[in-house]
Amino acid sequence: MELKAENISFKYPSAKEYLLKDVNLELDNNKIMGLIGDSGSGKSTLCKILSGYVTNFEGSVTFDGQPLPKKGFKPVQLIYQHPEKVMNPKWKMKQVLEESWDVTDESLKEFGIQKSWLTRFPQELSGGELQRFSVLRSLNPDTKFLIADEMTTMLDAITQVQILDSVLKTVKERNMGFLLVSHDMDLVDTICDDKIYLKDINKI
Amino acid sequence: MVNSKKSYNPLSRMNLRQKTLLTIGLSVLILVLVVISSLFINSSDITTNFKIMNQPPSFEHLFGTDWMGRDMFTRTLKGLGLSVQIGAGASILSSIIAIAMALMGSINKYLDSLMSWLIDLFLSIPHILLIILISIGLGGGAFGVTMGVAFTHWTTLARVLRADIKQINTSDYVKLSERFGKSRLWIARHHILPLIVTQIIVGTILIFPHAIMHEASVTFLGFGLSPHEPAIGIILSESMKYLATGDWWLALFPGLALLILVLLFDIAGENIKKLLDPTSANE
Repeated sequence: MELKAENISFKYPSAKEYLLKDVNLELDNNKIMGLIGDSGSGKSTLCKILSGYVTNFEGSVTFDGQPLPKKGFKPVQLIYQHPEKVMNPKWKMKQVLEESWDVTDESLKEFGIQKSWLTRFPQELSGGELQRFSVLRSLNPDTKFLIADEMTTMLDAITQVQILDSVLKTVKERNMGFLLVSHDMDLVDTICDDKIYLKDINKI
Repeated sequence: MVNSKKSYNPLSRMNLRQKTLLTIGLSVLILVLVVISSLFINSSDITTNFKIMNQPPSFEHLFGTDWMGRDMFTRTLKGLGLSVQIGAGASILSSIIAIAMALMGSINKYLDSLMSWLIDLFLSIPHILLIILISIGLGGGAFGVTMGVAFTHWTTLARVLRADIKQINTSDYVKLSERFGKSRLWIARHHILPLIVTQIIVGTILIFPHAIMHEASVTFLGFGLSPHEPAIGIILSESMKYLATGDWWLALFPGLALLILVLLFDIAGENIKKLLDPTSANE
């Protein structure tokens, strides 16, 4: 399977200049890719375009030759940097997980989630604990491609390794595509098979 | 110092939550007692008895008697019960209107501006005037007053709900929910409703005092309930004629009772708000 972006150009409605210009990108599930760019260079915007959050861009994004589906479960899922923003504050964690899929006990164990956390509210968990939920939630069996937008930036080194290890294991098991977005060069060098610099593909 | 001396005041040993619960419990209890006791008063209990007309308050007649010898305490209680019933009808109806309007506004931006326009329209007309107009237009009586109050008091709640729904709709978790393939209806039911239900409950209770006050004032002005009904507004407007002759109890006690009733609703509403929405307790 491949996620292909062709001639993507985008500018925010209030901005005068383009943020992204004629970006071409081809991703597949054979290689784990890393996307590197400076702050404000448009990494997150590109991720949102690739995963279908932003739709008013020029160019096309195709997944396996098809445009991204408008309805139903989206095969390309994005993991945010801030997990607390993507959780309803009045939901228990169990409900948060079940919104996506019925998570198995093995996956809970794999991601180091304790059973007692399931009955808590998002405010009652730490950032690292929440991110485990956020990641596990996006690993729905129907997810074909995972984009991690600075997924572990806010976490300490140990938690980073734990979460990334679990994600990579699942990604390899299920033969999913994975794009790691970061500005941490060392992290990308360690994890990814290949890396892309946004400034190289952005013809601005 | 604090621990060395045992406090004999039970209130000082309670925490804020217990105090809040106690306040809600007491005010609701009094309100329920008023409504229940008013239901047990038949019109035969408020008969005229010219042997005891214009009697000042005594232990036999707590609120005194009027110029036809009717016991004012019974009349006041019956009137308060009626007020609460009308208030309940008006509050629930106006909440329903507010919810419908807020939902309508969240469909698309044209309906949203129509709704904002409607809110501004209703807010630009003085309440009491609009209530009188609607009440007369619908033939007066309890039905007219209920409708009048309901159609003028939905605006505040509708505004709050509209803002809340807008905020929730643009939140990341709703966007993510869409990415998981959930329908608009599913999102409305599971994401939006649990977050706005607090506002709906508190909003409904806080319309009560307004509804009761407006019902009484419209009736006092003669546009509301018909004169044979024992409404507080009727009692107050009738007492005006006898104030000059020194029958002060005819206006004082029913007026005070109405004030206490309204205050009780307000206290209950504010405390329930504190309980359901703890962040507002610091305001």
